[in-house]
Amino acid sequence: MASSTTSLPVRGSFGQTMRPDAWWVQPVAVFLGLTVALIYLNWAAFQGEFYALGNYLSPLYSPEIFGDTSHALFGPRPNIWPEWLPWSPAFLILWAPAGFRVTCYYYRGAYYKAFWADPPSCSVGEPRKSYLGERSLPLILQNVHRYFLYLALIFIVILSFDAWRALWFLDPATGEETLGLGVGTLVLALNAILLGGYTLGCHSLRHLVGGGLDVLFDKPIRRTAHACVGCLNKRHMLWAWMSLFWVCFTDLYVRLCSMGIWTDLRLF
Amino acid sequence: MATATFKIWRGNAEGGEFKEYTTELTEGMVVLDAMHQVQAEQAHDLALRWNCKAGKCGSCSAEVNGRPKLMCMTRMGDLPTDHPITVEPLKAFPLIKDLVTDVSWNHEVKKRIKPFKPRAPDFEDGSWEMHQQDVDRVQEFRKCIECYLCQDVCHVLREHHMHDDFIGPRFLVHIAALEMHPLDIEDRREDLRKSQGIGLCNITKCCTTVCPEGITITDNAIIPLKERVVDQAYDPVKKLIQLFTGRGKERKA
Repeated sequence: MASSTTSLPVRGSFGQTMRPDAWWVQPVAVFLGLTVALIYLNWAAFQGEFYALGNYLSPLYSPEIFGDTSHALFGPRPNIWPEWLPWSPAFLILWAPAGFRVTCYYYRGAYYKAFWADPPSCSVGEPRKSYLGERSLPLILQNVHRYFLYLALIFIVILSFDAWRALWFLDPATGEETLGLGVGTLVLALNAILLGGYTLGCHSLRHLVGGGLDVLFDKPIRRTAHACVGCLNKRHMLWAWMSLFWVCFTDLYVRLCSMGIWTDLRLF
Repeated sequence: MATATFKIWRGNAEGGEFKEYTTELTEGMVVLDAMHQVQAEQAHDLALRWNCKAGKCGSCSAEVNGRPKLMCMTRMGDLPTDHPITVEPLKAFPLIKDLVTDVSWNHEVKKRIKPFKPRAPDFEDGSWEMHQQDVDRVQEFRKCIECYLCQDVCHVLREHHMHDDFIGPRFLVHIAALEMHPLDIEDRREDLRKSQGIGLCNITKCCTTVCPEGITITDNAIIPLKERVVDQAYDPVKKLIQLFTGRGKERKA
């Protein structure tokens, strides 16, 4: 384009800025938040046990395609799974919501700052002088986000069903399922709500339901859907963090109850 | 009488340095007032650009305490005065003198963007029918005053100097206003992907945070454009569906 870039000011060095405020607080907070979540989620996924308690199933293991609990759709671990390979039912499903989060527009902006310092914060010097952005490999693959969205939408249905199942408790005396409400039911329901708020506020969904069109006047359903998704999208960052925290806590709740460390309180 | 000390960048493209000036503050003062006061009382050759003094012309863009700001809209009362307040020129453009930069690169970029191309008139008198709901979306983008603060804070331009490959947030907003207009039938997606470098934006939202008009640049302009580029170049399933159904072309008549 223009050739006027030759006399641009000299680039700053890493961290160089005239900002007097604590600009590093936000990227450090994001770095710590995401690191703690990543460590916990990986640890929990590798456990492969204590992820279900009666009608409660940890969201990190749902749907349980193969597994040893009553929630398993197709029975125990398949024999074709190599013995030398670590096994956990979470391995079969967790890649989908993980992919959705990794390619999420909000998280991308957040971890580019917090993990790559690209930039570390607004108007703060960067550590590297070269820059590729998202127009070439590997980051061009971020454009796959909408495919992960399709999968994430299926997960919302499944996790909502899990919350519904968490309302039905097995009566040991009669062997029948009866309607009830435990703290775990509320935890699982809130998990589905928060993940729903995050997923349904996705930028790609906003585009797909109507944002890709220039004229929405004659499409009332898509116009309404676009407005609804846009409404959730305004707080996408908040939904992203709340749902991430709560999905970890939901797993922790089910896990500790399953291990007998916590006792699930039945409200009725 | 309260005073404030400023560290103002003095120099040109060959070099320069910060010089300190202490000046008196009066109630309701903005940084631009302080610069004018310094210019009148202590540094008659201080170069700064300004015009409306009302946050509408976009002329007095500078960096105040390291943040891109309109000097006329930055109240002294909002700045801590226990340390010197730094005032610098924009970093993404060549420096002319003191606080004045050469922003003509932006004008050249704008000339290269495909202009508004309306569909054929809807009525015999040459007029069109549009609905408010469809126009509302692009109205936000038309608030832009071209202060270029978003261009300045964008690290692709500011840090990496990729002016040859990337048009910057200001012009992505401009393209969004054209591309999403209900009458426009031009397709700018190929240009966005190739020559205008939308893939270089990594969505850190710095442009949104500095916009004095409060335009939600990243969420409402850049990401929707990125999604449109995905439609055109990176979504094979959508292309396949379009191939078989012929649908999906309704966006552009």
